Amino acid sequence: MSATQSGMVRPAAISADGWGWRHAGRAQAAVQGLDLRIEPGERVLLLGPSGAGKSTLLHALAGVLGDEEDDSDETGSLLIDGVAPREHLGCAGLMQQDPETQVVLSRVGDDVAFGAENLAVPRDEIWSRVHEALDDVGLRTAAGGGLALDHPTAALSGGQKQRLALAGILAMQPGLILLDEPTANLDPAGVLEVRDAVGRCLDKTGATLVVVEHRVSVWKDLVDRIVVLQPGSAAPGTGGSGTGGVLLDGPPDQVLSEARTMLMSAGVWVPGYVPATRERRNEPHTAQLLLAAQDLAVSREKPRRKGFKTIPPVPVQTGISAQVRAGQALTITGPNGAGKSTFALTLAGLLAPVDGKVSAAVDLSKGAGIDPYKWKAEQLISRIGTVFQEPEHQFVTGNVMDELMFGPKHLGHGEDRVDELLERLRLTHLVDANPYTLSGGEKRRLSVATVLAAHPKVLVLDEPTFGQDANTWAELASFLSELLDAGTAVVSVTHDQEFSAVLGGTELRLGPVQQGEATHQEAGAA
Amino acid sequence: MRDALNIRGNHALLTKANPLVKFVSVFLISLVLALSIDWVSASTALLAELALFPLAGLTLRLLWQRAWPLIIAAAFGGWSTAIVAADSGAVLLDVGLWSISEGSLELGLGFMLRGLAIALPAILLMTCTDPTDLADALAQKAKLPHRFVLGSLAAMRLVGLMAEEWQTIGMARRARGVGSQGSPFQRLKATLGQSFGLLVQAVRRASRLAVTMEARGFGGGQRTWARESTYSMLDVWVVLGGLVIAAAAVLTAVGAGTWSFVWR
Repeated sequence: MSATQSGMVRPAAISADGWGWRHAGRAQAAVQGLDLRIEPGERVLLLGPSGAGKSTLLHALAGVLGDEEDDSDETGSLLIDGVAPREHLGCAGLMQQDPETQVVLSRVGDDVAFGAENLAVPRDEIWSRVHEALDDVGLRTAAGGGLALDHPTAALSGGQKQRLALAGILAMQPGLILLDEPTANLDPAGVLEVRDAVGRCLDKTGATLVVVEHRVSVWKDLVDRIVVLQPGSAAPGTGGSGTGGVLLDGPPDQVLSEARTMLMSAGVWVPGYVPATRERRNEPHTAQLLLAAQDLAVSREKPRRKGFKTIPPVPVQTGISAQVRAGQALTITGPNGAGKSTFALTLAGLLAPVDGKVSAAVDLSKGAGIDPYKWKAEQLISRIGTVFQEPEHQFVTGNVMDELMFGPKHLGHGEDRVDELLERLRLTHLVDANPYTLSGGEKRRLSVATVLAAHPKVLVLDEPTFGQDANTWAELASFLSELLDAGTAVVSVTHDQEFSAVLGGTELRLGPVQQGEATHQEAGAA
Repeated sequence: MRDALNIRGNHALLTKANPLVKFVSVFLISLVLALSIDWVSASTALLAELALFPLAGLTLRLLWQRAWPLIIAAAFGGWSTAIVAADSGAVLLDVGLWSISEGSLELGLGFMLRGLAIALPAILLMTCTDPTDLADALAQKAKLPHRFVLGSLAAMRLVGLMAEEWQTIGMARRARGVGSQGSPFQRLKATLGQSFGLLVQAVRRASRLAVTMEARGFGGGQRTWARESTYSMLDVWVVLGGLVIAAAAVLTAVGAGTWSFVWR
């Protein structure tokens, strides 16, 4: 059966001639004057600073960019095998960043079949393609989950969802596979899962690959060419030649050695490069205890009402004890599903414990009571600040300045600190911008700044470095190390070992939870 | 939310029937019950529906868990009708303005039973029907436009996500100092803000999902279906069952002399 797919895929060639694109409603082009040839079967890693139009190029190749009625603007030509991508349905498959939106239907088999159905593939052939694709991405081996065709897609992990999306793409048998930061939202295990699945499928089908990703080490050995784009019109007042287009192009090792410094300064994670960060200075021996968790059982679910009865949720993790001390870092690690974020949110007074208790010391509570979950919102923010994984969830106003002033205004003090934070986190030039329009790194810096504007003694961060470029990473790590030295306690949920090394302090490792074990323990205790 | 829409683990007989046929049967029963306000036709249908529970894999416990607000609403509706409706026959209870007579009690009881009898088939249908199968049937058998059917199906998957997102946004906003305490006005403001945040996320998710679907060739003219929606002998029985229940409801009511059209 394995012969069918590899025999059917015809690797695609890409040719861009002076191609450019301006999005509707934007004054400046996202891409301009791009000349690029990619031969059938080539595997290309696309790099470049944010604003270089990498995603725009991928979307254009996938044929999902703009409509006729849009007032967007296309110049030059961009062709796949000599045909415009939009007129060539199914010649390219695209995977995007957010795993949740890469799944279309609620059953594994249906989701893989979706693309093939749309291309009007005959029924019998669809199912043979579905089986083959699921095998190829490794979702049917025991290690990959051994998924049945009617397995619910909602129950998959992030890495599994991305591999499912890859299977859906493979079932269309495209000659070109486009990956737009496919692993930015995944933990290290998920990253490797997806990368290896992509590698296997390419070896088998010989399809052309274009991948955008700023973690070079992940893809370096899989690609045979790196193309570095330069920003189209990010530099103000330009528009002529010399902007946009390809900056560097060649085999991975050559490009990486030629452009190492340039890529590093653009925030690209070049292999073997750990950005310089500020070192921790003083780690006090006897730091004040601020917050303690005692034998905690945590869950995101609220107690459920079943008719007249109230049933407590099944905890995702039990028996957690930890102490948070002034000027000390606490890093929470562990595999997916171990309840790391849930524990952090419970510790931060945002979720009610299922069992056990979180207690604030007098130094932290300052008269607000012992249980952070019972504090009012204003009481909470000046004591414990929480930075969520997705910055957009925390935006409450329409521009950066209001966003920063929001906490201090409600508290009635701390406005003077805002300017310092703006300066320190390089947001000064953005004060009038809408938070939702910022880049990923800017959003992350803003979300940290807004929480710190309320001057909390404890700072809780959920995967603060996920998907961040090296520059934002270094800034964030240095800034937090400074805060720690100044006496703030920092609790972070992270997979990032280099990041926790910068912060120092203690590590709390949450183990995997076997299905049913939590309830088992509970029954034993009762 | 996601669990409620999932029928995995339910292997009852009616899960195998064609969703479109089940839908037609449910529609038949509801239509007949909507015509009259008497208690005989309603209780006949209700009894028949209760008998169908095992066939759909529904239990009284499950029913209460899923539909308790509906059941309570029906009871309240019946009670208030009994109190408010014009009296006829012997007065059973009289507390000043409110009085319950034999006639108004009958009307109230009829109202409550009818509400339940109309709601139950829909709950039965939901219990034994997977949304994906329903979409297959609607697009292939009822020939509804596939863009619309599949678009709705994909959007429904996002609804479950939105429920989780609502909770996360609520926490994220509390961490910014937006509390749900304070005066009713402040609370309303906080809820509106949270709704706006959810709306923004919903729109973003939806547009990313739309790109995913488009990139997989969705929206073209011709499409095939990986799974054919089929009819079987069981479906004949389902339609017959629906007809029998509807007819029994009418006949018993006419026989008992209680049948009365709503518009009379």
